[in-house]
Amino acid sequence: MDFENIMKRIAPPSNRPVRVKPMNQSAIVIRLTLLSLVILTIIGFFTYDDTDVGMLEGITATFTNFKVMFTEPHFNHFTFMEGLYQVLVTISLALLTTVIGAVISLMLGLLAAKNLSTPKISNSIKNFVAVVRAVPTVLWVLIFAIAAGLGSVAAVIGMTFHSVGYLIKAYSESFEELDDGVIEVLKASGANWWQIVWQAVIPSSMTYIISWTFLRFEINFSVAVAMGAAAGAGGIGYDLFMASSFYLDLRELGTITFYILVFAILLEIVAIRIKRHINIT
Amino acid sequence: MQVNFFFKKRLRALLVFAFLVSVTYGGIMITEYDVIKGFSSIPMAISWGVTNFFPTTDSFEHLPKILISLWETILLSIGSATLASLFALFFAILGSNTTTINPFFATICRFIATLFRNIDVAVWSMILLFSFGQSALTGYFALFFVSFGFLTRAFIETIDEVSNSGVEALRATGASYISIVIHSVIPSSASQMLSWLLFMIETNIRSATLIGILTGTGIGFVFDLYYKSVDYNTASLVVIAIVIAILALEAASNYVRRVII
Repeated sequence: MDFENIMKRIAPPSNRPVRVKPMNQSAIVIRLTLLSLVILTIIGFFTYDDTDVGMLEGITATFTNFKVMFTEPHFNHFTFMEGLYQVLVTISLALLTTVIGAVISLMLGLLAAKNLSTPKISNSIKNFVAVVRAVPTVLWVLIFAIAAGLGSVAAVIGMTFHSVGYLIKAYSESFEELDDGVIEVLKASGANWWQIVWQAVIPSSMTYIISWTFLRFEINFSVAVAMGAAAGAGGIGYDLFMASSFYLDLRELGTITFYILVFAILLEIVAIRIKRHINIT
Repeated sequence: MQVNFFFKKRLRALLVFAFLVSVTYGGIMITEYDVIKGFSSIPMAISWGVTNFFPTTDSFEHLPKILISLWETILLSIGSATLASLFALFFAILGSNTTTINPFFATICRFIATLFRNIDVAVWSMILLFSFGQSALTGYFALFFVSFGFLTRAFIETIDEVSNSGVEALRATGASYISIVIHSVIPSSASQMLSWLLFMIETNIRSATLIGILTGTGIGFVFDLYYKSVDYNTASLVVIAIVIAILALEAASNYVRRVII
């Protein structure tokens, strides 16, 4: 994952002057937040329903299972090539949703950016999208499955919904970073809205667009695995679900985990490559 | 020369476009995705949703049960992320190039983080189902492992970005390793780390719903129950409850972020 990029949004290095007073508002809020999180964590420990399994027994069992999974993986219900094909199905699901999502988000993202649209349109799109994002992807898929039936159609549309919610936010925020002067100059020279978009906005935020889109692709890969397991979308996720809940085959679960792990790391390496490439050109 | 430049640029854009189109086409073939059905299902789903997917007065009878499991799920997400952040802090300090004890150790810490992060939360919950069964602990540990991997990597980035010069200055004054970490690294990156932790909690609540459906616990299980028994009115109430919880949490963490960063 492209942590540098997410960091700009989630946790940008603060450029505040050095603290003079030992207890300012920021320090108080940090402490209070941490304190409440710790209290909630402790309350949580007492409410978890763990009557069936002991914590310690579970942990030791987990370690034994890890050992079996990762040291003795085997193929039972599918061959190496079939497994590879299933991963390909999962990747295709992720790719389709990312491409469809990116095309829709690019158009709506332009309308959602404050500097390219009217405040009314921008705010209504942003609020709508916040609600779309708040519904977990699996619920979108299951809701669409009622209308379209379980399968790749519901999975793609449901995952696209969530991707669109995510990408519109990312895109519109990168469009808003464009210097207002650039738009003003182009407007003064008589450029129309489309010319401003194609000649200034998109080229200058291309780096962001590419890295956010690829980031979403990585997320969609893991979502596609999950949807295969939870919503019958097919692919390696379905094999995962079958191995775990149906065949109870730990060793095959190990094989599937290896498949997913290898491809996830591969995607991460590609992301780093792409980023290096676009930073040079 | 200039004509050539524009020609090359257009050619490259065209090639990228052609590549994307062919890959998408391949994806459609492999997943057997029906494009027309895909687009026609959206209005179908909307019209179905308007007529069927809303809470009725009957479904509000189930509200207490829904709220209890939602509260459990929120506690699960917060608890797993908070505990994971403690472990992640330890691993990040050892894994960051600025504060590591030795480079070999740093590589191992980063490798462990990569391993935990890249195994998806759904995979973790399916693995842990074997040892913890259908209990809240399955979800707790699945979220814990993924949060741990993600936060370790995030904290490493933050430490590298924020505290490089401070560490160098303190080292020059002869401060010990422990006091460098306690008095420089942690205070200077505390607000960023808290922001990451809040982000992780937001992510965890969404994943917790998925894990609930997979492992039969928490709010995900409650949704699945009503969904499978075709009680869509109550299922919609569950969705609304989740949306409100996530939006409220986002608003709270955005407020904290605005104040501390």
